[in-house]
This record gives sequence, structure tokens and C-alpha cells, in this order.
Amino acid sequence: MKAFKVIVLAKQVPDTRNVGKDAMKADGTINRAALSAIFNPEDLNALEQALRIKENFPGTTVTILTMGPGRAAEIIREGMFRGADDGILLTDRAFAGSDTLATSYAISQALKKVKDYDIIIAGRQAIDGDTAQVGPQVAEKLALPQVTYVEEVQKIEKGKIFVKRRLERGVELVSCPLPMVMTVNGSAPNCRARNAKLIMKYKHAKTVTELQNSNEDYLHLYNDRPYLNIPEWTVSDIEVDHAELGLSGSPTKVKAVENVVLQAKEAKVLSPSDDDMDTLMRELIESHTIG
Amino acid sequence: MNNVIVYCEIEDGHVAEVSQELMTKGRGLANELGVKLEAVAIGHELEGVENQIFPYGVDTVYVADDARLAPYTTLPHTTIIVKLFREQKPQIALMGASSIGRDLGPRVSSALHSGLTADCTSLVIGNHEDKKQGKTYENLLYQIRPAFGGNIIATIINPDCRPQMATVREGVMKKEILDPKYKGKVVKLEVAKYVSDADFAVEIIERHIEKSKVNMKAAPIVIAGGYGMGSKENFQLLFELAEVLGGEVGASRAAVDAGYVDHERQIGQTGVTVRPKLYIACGISGQIQHRAGMEESAQIIAINTDPEAPINAIADYVITGDIAEVLPKMIKYYKKNTK
Repeated sequence: MKAFKVIVLAKQVPDTRNVGKDAMKADGTINRAALSAIFNPEDLNALEQALRIKENFPGTTVTILTMGPGRAAEIIREGMFRGADDGILLTDRAFAGSDTLATSYAISQALKKVKDYDIIIAGRQAIDGDTAQVGPQVAEKLALPQVTYVEEVQKIEKGKIFVKRRLERGVELVSCPLPMVMTVNGSAPNCRARNAKLIMKYKHAKTVTELQNSNEDYLHLYNDRPYLNIPEWTVSDIEVDHAELGLSGSPTKVKAVENVVLQAKEAKVLSPSDDDMDTLMRELIESHTIG
Repeated sequence: MNNVIVYCEIEDGHVAEVSQELMTKGRGLANELGVKLEAVAIGHELEGVENQIFPYGVDTVYVADDARLAPYTTLPHTTIIVKLFREQKPQIALMGASSIGRDLGPRVSSALHSGLTADCTSLVIGNHEDKKQGKTYENLLYQIRPAFGGNIIATIINPDCRPQMATVREGVMKKEILDPKYKGKVVKLEVAKYVSDADFAVEIIERHIEKSKVNMKAAPIVIAGGYGMGSKENFQLLFELAEVLGGEVGASRAAVDAGYVDHERQIGQTGVTVRPKLYIACGISGQIQHRAGMEESAQIIAINTDPEAPINAIADYVITGDIAEVLPKMIKYYKKNTK
């Protein structure tokens, strides 16, 4: 049976549910250092689909590709604990300030270096921006067909993948020739949990930078067990036109950012007492709001 | 050249609500800029589709009609739009933030290297001064949206790249017929010149599209639950109240994510926008994305155990208490007072 090379595009995102005051920098970009960081939820749905393909087609490899600051290596390890074979961290100051287009350019150039991929899977969207743009833009830049909102991979045969898509008002079953890009919906199955054996195997996996900054006593391990070395690519490792990167490669600019301030209006404050509830319903009926 | 263009989504021969809303908005933007409003309709059996489009004040509609173009698939629609935009060079392009628009928009923007902003809640024309380059840009499209988990409102611009692209959810803009007799011109596109066989790589094998069963936009009363409802079972209380008052049940994203109700009931920036006579928010804290979908409601009742919940700031009535106690009492006293 054929084996596939599957790449999962994942992003480490600030946990936007817990945002503090210093979350934004003066230039309107996000101060990621001030926030707790998590594996983007829908990218975990994407990883699960990749791991299912690996189970069904022995010999398939799953690689996590992420772009971000050095600490984004955390999600590569997280992915390996759940069953990914390896990962690549794409990191460089030159990527700072990228909008979705500059991001997809950098990722697609990294994928050109990876080569020979069959299926590229990303989450539908990341919770920090909610744009859902990077997946389709990567597909366009690599001239690959795309299938968005995937909920389930049904089969892969004769060079085609068959998937179920979840749309606003229904479902579609489509076929798409490989290689292709798909984005996975949050309604797809959740990602499996970490595996204890894989945690033991990969817990010391590190990028070169992490290794240099650590007091690792067992440096020889990284020669004996090559899978502990997480490749770290900078702009010098991929072919890029520098003008297409970061702020200069981003057609969209943030003109202004307003913090959300609520202007309180005079509200009637009620308790759940019978009197208050009776009064409320009478007022609403009298004003023809209800009834 | 330099016009405003709207991509019309078509399902079963009907132009989608969201596209009608965007044509209304597009007409306003075109007037302000002193340019034409254009539309593009791609599909099959589109004879007469212009009659649904012109009344919104559309001056030109480009029609690509071919059996292979319906239902929507990504590649052929992208190819047609990209080539058309290269020929016509619109300055602004609007699409619905729907399953279709959010699949198509990024692909088009990547091919044209133009900026795209998703899920805008407001579109305004304005100027921009780039102090670093000492350059002033006139009449840019301000693409305004909540960002970063709703903690900020960002204004995004595309100073140098065209078209300036934005997607907007259904219900965010108001639709309004400009003139039922408005006459524009139809330009039929020769489909074979635009698409190639390679564009039909993705095949639709089966398709089940259901008419939405939930019609929150038309409901005079919306009773919405948030994460604070605590469980799917507690949501039943909302359905009971909705039944009694004649309303629809909605939800915040947190409640949908928690699996309390279906996604189609989600209200807010990434869901539906509603403007009912009465909005009852139950166990909803009131993040900006949620408020973006309901703050124009005529009257708002907020029920929360937390007296400091942000939603209280925009409410007309604030009830601090337990949903399980409040809702049955609302039903009881509604019945008592309407007898």
C-alpha cells in the first residue's frame, strides 16, 4: 500500500481567552511574549486527520511545520507526543509583522524546500486572527488544489483523496487529486491525547537554539538519537525574496487599534425576586416588546 | 477601471442575502468615491440573473455561465475572478464571509498579491498619512474588525495593493433596494477563455445543502445563551422561553464551542448578526465579537450571576441571578400578565 508524506501546518497562538493589558505593542502588532501560548485548536483537528492517514497507510510520515518565535518549538514537541514523526521550526526576525499573505509566502517557500509532500493539512483558522486565509493562500502559492472545511478523510485511492466538507448549510463529499492542501474544521474529531511512550521518547527534542541555551548534560544524546534534533530554518535556509517578507511583504497594514471600552448606559438593575420579575414582564408587554 | 465590485454568491438561481447586502454597501462606497458599482455572477443557467442585481444600483454585471461552474468549486471561480480583476482593475472587491467567500477570497488575494481582511464589521472610506514615507493616501477603504479575541478593534488598510479586498458576514450590512428599475449593463464572459481543464481537478461527488431551519435574523425576540449556561440541558430552558414568547434561540461562540447548541445558532462576528426587538442574553459575558452581532437590538436584557459582566454595560435591564431561577419566573409572569 502506498505511504504518504503529510505536512501539518500548525501555529502556536496566544490564548486569546486570557489577555492582559500589555498584549499589544505600540505599532499595533501583538506582544506575544506577554501571553500564554497554546497549540491552535483547529490545528490539532488537522493533526488528528494526519495521524489517521498515517494509521491507515503504514509508512506514512507526519511532519509539523510551524512558523513563529523560538518557543513555537513547543508545539512541535506537543505534536510529536501525539504521534507526529518530526517537525520544522521556521523562525527569523525577518518574518516579524507578517500579514497572512507574507506568512503564506514564507511557509510556501519552506514547503518548496521540503518537497515531495502529498498532503498538506492545516486547521481552518487560528484563534488569534480568525482569518482562515493562510491555508488557501499557501495552496495558491504552490499551485495546488485546496479543499477547505474538511471534517473527515474518507479514503485515498488512485492518487485521489475523498473528503467530507462541512459547509454553513450542509455537507459536500468531494474528491481531489494529490498533492493537495486541505484545511480542517473544528467540527472534525478532536486530536488524540499524548502518548506516554512518545513523551519519553521526545521530551528532550530541541532546536539548535534551545540546545545552545540549555544546560543539557547529555549532549551526546543528540548525536546518538538524531530524532531529538528539531530542524530550525531561518530565511537563509529557504529561497526568498526579502521584499515579500514581514511588514514589507504585507499588503495589509494596521492603521489603528482601539482598545474596547464599554460605555455604560443606564440599566435597570433587577433581582430574580417575584416582584421584580412580575414588573419586568408587565413593562415588556405594555411597551409591546413582547406579547 | 477603479470601480467597486461585488462577488455574487448564487444558490439555485438566487443571489445570496449576503451578496445583496454587499451590493447595498458597495453602492454607498461607490457613490462616495464617485465610481461605478459592478458585480460578478458565476454559475449556470444565469439567464435573467441581472434582474436580481441591478436594483441594488449595479452599473455593470459580469456573467460567467457554464454547466461546470455550478455548484461552486474553488479553482474555476478563482481563475475567472483573478483574470477579470486583472482586466478591470477594481479598487475595492467585496465578498461574503461565507463558506464560499472565505474559500475564494484568500486564493484570489494570493494570486493578485492584494490585501484581504476577513469578517469586517464596518467599511469606511478615509485617508491615511504615512509619516515615515511622507506620503498621503486618499480615499482608502478602512476595513474595521474586532481582532485578537475581541480585545481590540483594528482598522486595516491596504495602501499600495489593489483591489482592497474584504469579506463581511451575512447580516452585518443592511440590504436596501436602490431603485427597482435601475438599469445597468450585462457583460457576458466567454468562459472558455478564462478557465482550463486543470481548474476542474476537484469534483463534487455528493452535496446536501439544507435551507437553514433557524431564522434568527427575522425573529423579533432572540434568547441567547452563553458558556455560563453550563450545560446542554440548561439550554432547554431557553427553548422553553423562546416557545412561550415566540422567539428564536441563539448562542455565543463559547456556548457553541462547548457543544451546547449547533453552530448555526451562533451570534456574533463569526456567526449571525441580529437586530431583534428584544435580546435576552443568558449567561453571556459579552465579549466584543458577541456584541458585534447583537448590540443593535432595540432592547437588551442581561441575565448573569456576575454583576460585573461586560454585557451589562449595553443592557437595558440587568438581572443578577441564576438562570435556572430567573427563566421559569419570566415564563410564569409572562403567562400571568397576558391572561
